[in-house]
Amino acid sequence: MSKQQQPGLPTFAAMTPGAGLKAAIGRNRADIIGEISASGIKGRGGAGFPVGVKWNLCAAARGDLKYVVCNADEGEPGTFKDRLILMEHPDLVFEGMTIGGLTVGAREGIVYLRAEYMYLRRPLEAVLAKRREAKLLGQDILGKSGFTFDIRIQMGAGAYVCGEETALIESLEGHRGEPRNRPPFPVDTGYLDRPTVVNNVETLAWVACILQKGAPWFKSVGTEKSTGLKIFSVSGDCDRPGVYEFPLGITVAKLLDTVGGQDAKAVQVGGASGYCVPKSEFHRVIAYEDVSTGGAIIVFGRDRDMLDIAANFLDFFTEESCGQCTPCRDGNPRLLEGVELLREGRCSMRYLNELCGLGETMQLASKCGLGQSSPNAFLSIVKHFKDEIMGRVPAGH
Amino acid sequence: MLVTERERLRDEITALADRLGRERSSLIPMLQEVQARYLQISEYAMQVVADLLDIHPVEVYSVASFYSFLDHAPKGRFVIRLCRTISCDMAGKDAVARQLQNDLGVGFGETTTDDKFSLEWANCIGMCDQGPALLVNDQVFARVTPEKVHEILEACRRTFGVYAQERKEGHPV
Repeated sequence: MSKQQQPGLPTFAAMTPGAGLKAAIGRNRADIIGEISASGIKGRGGAGFPVGVKWNLCAAARGDLKYVVCNADEGEPGTFKDRLILMEHPDLVFEGMTIGGLTVGAREGIVYLRAEYMYLRRPLEAVLAKRREAKLLGQDILGKSGFTFDIRIQMGAGAYVCGEETALIESLEGHRGEPRNRPPFPVDTGYLDRPTVVNNVETLAWVACILQKGAPWFKSVGTEKSTGLKIFSVSGDCDRPGVYEFPLGITVAKLLDTVGGQDAKAVQVGGASGYCVPKSEFHRVIAYEDVSTGGAIIVFGRDRDMLDIAANFLDFFTEESCGQCTPCRDGNPRLLEGVELLREGRCSMRYLNELCGLGETMQLASKCGLGQSSPNAFLSIVKHFKDEIMGRVPAGH
Repeated sequence: MLVTERERLRDEITALADRLGRERSSLIPMLQEVQARYLQISEYAMQVVADLLDIHPVEVYSVASFYSFLDHAPKGRFVIRLCRTISCDMAGKDAVARQLQNDLGVGFGETTTDDKFSLEWANCIGMCDQGPALLVNDQVFARVTPEKVHEILEACRRTFGVYAQERKEGHPV
């Protein structure tokens, strides 16, 4: 019962496979990094770190062995764009990794694919085999002597926290997915303590496009601080859920118009770890400088209970916290208990304020991005929906 | 466990180590293979893996217990993982969950007495635009309705005949 044809990925579909790598191979490292930096592209996984800076740091790091890791551990609730990119345009992703290898001086690339996407492994291995046959992977790629690079796929084993880059590296090394302290950053002390670039699936695909089409092409859309197109995963209460391509800087209202979600009372931008935008703020723009996102848009229709939503997210974080640091491990269950109290109509304003204080502490004191962002949804729902969530009369009273 | 079974397990895991390497970074790929073949990672298997990688068995346990796709307790041939995260929740996962429990006769976190099915929750499986969604082992099912639950389970039961036959003939799946 597909509500309508998926809008898909028109820009990726229009690319010429291999052109980005061919363009890169004739240029030196500084030149490639210059092109990427000029495009202004920032990490598409959500954190928004400038790609040019990351690659430059890794290229400059000392080490005989370096690695390029593709973060395909797409686990943020409401995110599924990487699945589509890997199904429809895996060549662009592998090409981005190969360009990364050329640029930072790595010989090995690793795709860390989440366990839930096991069904993608076989088709991806087939694409890799074809690329090896075509001399796009292996020794002396495209005839450039001394340029050796190959890619292998390693499966995740079911842990959301492994989307955090240092937890991902721990998992690759055969450990529990517990995030490391940063610094040192993976660009100098990464996989097996070697300099490592970790990039999201979408980021790597865009890098291949930038090398093909040039930085000015990429920058021609977006805002000054958030350049380029971004792939969005849209789900929830709208007529046309699916994967979309929008320029960064689009307003929430315009996005809702396109996906048929005009009736929404709120939109969760950035998944469970993101910000809940109420109707009164639909004029805000989706960009790194305003409401930032890895691409997840979850639309909440007018009949949704915001406490159900908060409870669902907090359940998720309580389950997925690695348990290493106290603010995240103990904070999330406390917030969840608070939501239960609100549901029963037994939460005082004073206690609610305390819970918000706890949330702010978690944002500051948690070790990694998971803990730091886990109270975001709760805090934004409390901020914007007080009338809805307070003073509830339980059923039967 | 019979001594001969233990020997067979040790031989098979040793063959795995020969193929995947004996570095620490081979640990998770090894455990994934053990999980797929034996539907569990037994204490004995953990000990064997630890010996082969020259690490303490508690290290193996700590990794095996961290990840939701690795399990010490035996699983059914088909592990059904129903997504419980927000978009699938809003799309009606509760009704699907109820019907799964009715048709299997077990709750979440349990395995049927015939060892065919394990029922579990999953956190976001990346099918948010086509919920409710579930995984049966590696296969994904989207837009599942309570009515479709029966079809999915029947398809598994039909496959199970094939698996059972293969196992009897000595080709572990």
